[in-house]
Amino acid sequence: MDGFAHQLIAGIATGGIYASVALALVMIYQATHHVNFAQGEMATLSTFIALTMIQAGLPYWVAFFATLVVSFIIGALVERILMRPVQNAPVLTHVGVFIGMLLIISNATGWVFGHTTKAFPTPFQSDGLLFGGLVSAHELGSTAVTLAVLILVYLFFAHTSLGLAMRAAAYNPRSARLVGIRVGWMLALGWGLAAAIGSVAGMMVAPAVFLDPNMMLGILLYAFAGALLGGIDNPAGAVGGGFAVGVLENLAGAYVVGTELKLTVALVIIIGVLVVRPSGLFGRVVFSRV
Amino acid sequence: MSTTRRTILIASGATLATPNIAPAQEAPGVTATEIRIGSTNSLSGPASAYSVISTCLTAMFRRLNDEGGVAGRRINFTVYDDAYSPPRTLEQTRRLVEQDRVAFLFNQLGTPTNNAVHRYVNQRRVPHLFLATGADKWANPREFPWTIGWQPSYRVEAQIYAKHILETRPNARIALLYQNDDFGRDYLNGVRDVLGPRFDSMVRTATNEATDPTVDSQIVQLQASGADVLVCGVIPRFAAQAIRRVHEIGWRPMMFMTNVSVSVGAVMEPAGKERGVGLITSDYRKDQSDPAWANDPGMNEWRGFMQRFVPGGDLTDNNFTYGYGVGTTMIQVLRQCGNDFSRENVMRQAANIAPMDVATLLPGIKVQTQPNNFNVIRQMQLQRWDGSGWVRFGNVIEGANV
Repeated sequence: MDGFAHQLIAGIATGGIYASVALALVMIYQATHHVNFAQGEMATLSTFIALTMIQAGLPYWVAFFATLVVSFIIGALVERILMRPVQNAPVLTHVGVFIGMLLIISNATGWVFGHTTKAFPTPFQSDGLLFGGLVSAHELGSTAVTLAVLILVYLFFAHTSLGLAMRAAAYNPRSARLVGIRVGWMLALGWGLAAAIGSVAGMMVAPAVFLDPNMMLGILLYAFAGALLGGIDNPAGAVGGGFAVGVLENLAGAYVVGTELKLTVALVIIIGVLVVRPSGLFGRVVFSRV
Repeated sequence: MSTTRRTILIASGATLATPNIAPAQEAPGVTATEIRIGSTNSLSGPASAYSVISTCLTAMFRRLNDEGGVAGRRINFTVYDDAYSPPRTLEQTRRLVEQDRVAFLFNQLGTPTNNAVHRYVNQRRVPHLFLATGADKWANPREFPWTIGWQPSYRVEAQIYAKHILETRPNARIALLYQNDDFGRDYLNGVRDVLGPRFDSMVRTATNEATDPTVDSQIVQLQASGADVLVCGVIPRFAAQAIRRVHEIGWRPMMFMTNVSVSVGAVMEPAGKERGVGLITSDYRKDQSDPAWANDPGMNEWRGFMQRFVPGGDLTDNNFTYGYGVGTTMIQVLRQCGNDFSRENVMRQAANIAPMDVATLLPGIKVQTQPNNFNVIRQMQLQRWDGSGWVRFGNVIEGANV
């Protein structure tokens, strides 16, 4: 029983990692109706920038918020410089750009910051584990941060006119333009916000998994699975999906099929869900008039 | 037309009549004054930190040439860049064998890269000597008689850990965490080699994929099995995670870590130096930062070489002590060849090295080969993390004979 509780908590902790990255994927999807494959690499780059600031002597939270701003600017610049020229190109062109970015950012990060594994500080320090050795302070703290970001994203999209304008720009650019929304800037804003959320995810993930240029490579896959499971257009669903993937994967690995097949099990369950509910467990079913 | 036919007849007659005067000169890559040796390394790309091995070897052959070479011949050592990319390794290896016509290949870097040329060199019967990789598959003389590794394989390392466990805790319950690929499975095989039929009752295993975010779940699972010994065959990031997690959950097993993942900077410091106290690993080289070797004749020989032939080299980089060891082995084989540098004889000599000491290896650890055993270095010494550095303990241990 003790082992089961441990596995459950370990699953929730890794699920929190997937959830925070899934949230960034949802953000970019809400804003552009694309899934950015380079999201993980952009987050890793942001995390290295944060580490550089911390090593230069800045206090953690100053570096944290400075990284948010820098990441926002990088994200917006990527949209302005790389995505704008291919705005009306077929979707495969966009996929090509995303994959190109993934390779370039990953290699550039390794080249500039080195490939050695590095420790990344956490603001939630604890010696040993809390609650009878079940969970570390960092795991609690980073889960809280993920949930806080989720609430902010929800409030932004549901209760601000800017959020509404962004959703409109992504959903129906032509109509949005006709009612006076500056669609181009909305896209840049969406990219910037997604990059900023990604950087939060990176800074929360790095203390747990250690920082190196390939940190997000595997995580992005699970995050993508989580986002699809919960519904890629629903922030709360994606976060729930991320946690669900983490827990399912761990419990299946420990008790059902062994560690060798745990990724397979997670993916099989997701495919099963998608076959039954293509929009995800919590996603909205969208009807288009033709 | 008839002239042509006559010319051909005369020419072939002349060829048949020519006596076989210089057999040594017919060996590929060998002339009366030169022996050509080829290699590939990651001079660029993700593994380019290892390129200093080629720098070291080039300098060693320069020293050998300054001293008059081998059997009156100079060594011409060519290294091409494969950027650690297997298709490029194959391309560059073919260039070395087919265009440059080297006598043999020496110390090519990397497991996936050497995999790409393994079959090719064995089909062409080109000696593929002393590779810079720790995979176990290079010690398979029955199926691949032209390929031989050098450093102790991961499998030999695991055998050594298992022997130590049986010696100190005969009733141990062992937990084994390994990466689900060739590298990790060498640890599974090594432990199984030693435990034999007892493996199933003594060992619980868990695997991780290189893409997993953490190994936390595996650690918890292994602890729940009630094990009091933990052996880890994982890459540095997961090594740091495992050390931290084992400490956090208050598990205190006798813990072994693969020696590819014990770097102070990349593993012990990120994991937390105090968390790793008691961790055990192994080595076969003298650590140049260890004061025990400050006045060691072998290490002084190496330092003198570095000063004269690699003046800009980083003396703290242990790739240089590795390079010096593998280069010494290669030169020994060349000397053993006498005046016959044919591929058959080079391979025969490489497979018949009598146990020898090498300047940069720990005392008692020998370089040796037999035609049926291609594990060139099969001994290691254990070392323990004391919170700030690695401390050697116990005797040199030899891997299992399987």
